[in-house]
Amino acid sequence: MRTALGKVRGLGSAKSGVHHWWAQRLTAIALLPLMVWFVASMVSLVGADHRTVVEWIANPLTSALLVALVLAVFYHLRLGLQVVIEDYLHGGTRMVLLVFVNFASILLGLMAIIAVLKIAFGS
Amino acid sequence: MARRDRPLSPHLQVYRFQLHMAMSIFHRATGVALSVGALFLTWWLVAAATGPVYFEQVQGYIATPVGRLFLFGFSFALFYHMLNGIRHLNWDMGRGYAKEKFKRSGQMVIILAVVLTLAVWAWAYRALGLM
Repeated sequence: MRTALGKVRGLGSAKSGVHHWWAQRLTAIALLPLMVWFVASMVSLVGADHRTVVEWIANPLTSALLVALVLAVFYHLRLGLQVVIEDYLHGGTRMVLLVFVNFASILLGLMAIIAVLKIAFGS
Repeated sequence: MARRDRPLSPHLQVYRFQLHMAMSIFHRATGVALSVGALFLTWWLVAAATGPVYFEQVQGYIATPVGRLFLFGFSFALFYHMLNGIRHLNWDMGRGYAKEKFKRSGQMVIILAVVLTLAVWAWAYRALGLM
């Protein structure tokens, strides 16, 4: 026997209810400090050569923050683009684009993370 | 089935133009633009991992007027989306819905986004010794 509130809490029609909403907010909150740090770093790297940039990325704190930023960015944009597509498109195009956004965001996110890790592990 | 005739979600035609609706759709537009920005971020990181020759080439593209215009656009989109995002998070907590507060926070977002974008670019040009 469950209460009405117990049934509703956290459960939508597909049993994942507020997850999308919540994940979008969590990634947004994570991105606030990460983006302030990123923009400040980019400005301080203006005009820097390859060596300087690679040394910056190879610093463990930088690589960790960059991987976190990439993860949050691609998760957040995947959720955001999903809503945009669902709002404006219907039928087959919607499905194709949703699948495309999912695959593309995962693949590009992986590329960015591997690039950071490759530099971090020194090659 | 009848469901095919249902109206599409944002019923744009029933709204009178006002700041709030323009800011709302601009939040989406900047979000989509920033998704393209994420592509550029990936490209830049991959270039750095590839090697000095390719990296300098990519840096060269970014330094062109078109490249800088893109970067300027991304920076403004980022500040707008971040500031308006904070506004959204505040609403999510059930705050800031009073008409006056709503209007003022909207104006603040626009002003701050412009100021921060210009400040960051002034800072960058100073670092380059061009200002």
